[in-house]
Amino acid sequence: MNSTPVLVIFVASIFTNNILLAGFLGMCSFLVCSNRIDTAFGLGAAVTFVMLFTTMINYLIYHYVLIPLKLEFLSYIIFIAVIAAFVQFVEMFVERFSPKLYYALGIFLPLITVNCAILGASLFMVLRKYNFAQSTFFGLGSGIGWALAIALMAGLREKMGYSNVPARLRGPGIVMLVTGIIAMTFMGFAGMLKLQ
Amino acid sequence: MSSDVNQRKGIGTGFGGGKGRETLGDGVFKVNPITCQVLGICSALAVTSRLEKALVMGGALVFVLAMTGLIVSVLRSYMPRRIRMITEVAIIATFVILFDQFLRAFYYDMSKQLGPYVALIITNCIVMGRAEAFATQNPPLLSMLDGVANGLGYAMILAIIAIFREILGNGTLLGYPLLAGTGFEKNLLFALAPGAFITAGFLIWFLNTLNPPDSTEGSP
Repeated sequence: MNSTPVLVIFVASIFTNNILLAGFLGMCSFLVCSNRIDTAFGLGAAVTFVMLFTTMINYLIYHYVLIPLKLEFLSYIIFIAVIAAFVQFVEMFVERFSPKLYYALGIFLPLITVNCAILGASLFMVLRKYNFAQSTFFGLGSGIGWALAIALMAGLREKMGYSNVPARLRGPGIVMLVTGIIAMTFMGFAGMLKLQ
Repeated sequence: MSSDVNQRKGIGTGFGGGKGRETLGDGVFKVNPITCQVLGICSALAVTSRLEKALVMGGALVFVLAMTGLIVSVLRSYMPRRIRMITEVAIIATFVILFDQFLRAFYYDMSKQLGPYVALIITNCIVMGRAEAFATQNPPLLSMLDGVANGLGYAMILAIIAIFREILGNGTLLGYPLLAGTGFEKNLLFALAPGAFITAGFLIWFLNTLNPPDSTEGSP
């Protein structure tokens, strides 16, 4: 069992071990959906929500169903199925009970199934042998960290609209370079606490 | 029915209906999945701190893409449209699990180093993208070839990024101390996350200059 305090995991997954800037996960939607701040916030909120609950569900399934049955090798396919089912369920639920929220978040939900950060969070949880409380805070922290990164990027890209970027560097090229610099600044937090 | 005819014709006129070479070239160079379509970037960056890791990951992608292409293409007329996506995900996950179990059994250290990134091939957009865009419309052999081509294109980019990062960040290449005794200082930045993003950024810039994309508009 991993004995890292819950609070350390929570803060580390937002700053020093940011799932996007240090773990490279969720790049695809990060590159595509970081054009505008409100889109970025919407997607970030949806990712945080789904990540929190899927890590919790996957933890329970992994430890109470797969391990007793010795079916750990099926975990990947189960995890992705849980994520897909959960997203579908949330979409239906939100559409039925809060149309307003559905219009704000609904368009992002289908994108989330293929967001590797969500599956990545579940895999890291198993790999680092977190317990339930640690997994919950890891899921929440990673979601917030991802949302923070995409919101920062969207803010920078809105400003970048006014600057003269070389034509061939536009699009993914410049976003990569800027992400590199953001990742560098986030490394400054590394002295604060450590997570292997 | 028509696909059957195509396939028979394909066997007659050369590998993959005479389109084999074209498909292979397209996947590796012309519409390289990473640099032109910017798909599958996630795992591309994580495993490139060492060339060895990048090559294993490239091999995994070639295997998964080829097998998924083949199976999806064989099943393409039997898959109901509504559950097509989930079927494809299940097929992809099966091959990823196979590869992962293989690594664990024979190359445990490598499997430890790659961590969760082998499993993350499941959500790698390249695999899904090729299955959806190519394998559902083409005969099995050609789809398999397309998978191999895209996998090789992916592996090539991974290897290029990894060569830069391993030499600059560690002074070695495939573990050999290439720059020992030259007074070279390891630049840790390239072994860590920022180096990956910056190398990838420059590589995309370089390749876009060599081979300009058709549409240069789009936000900065």
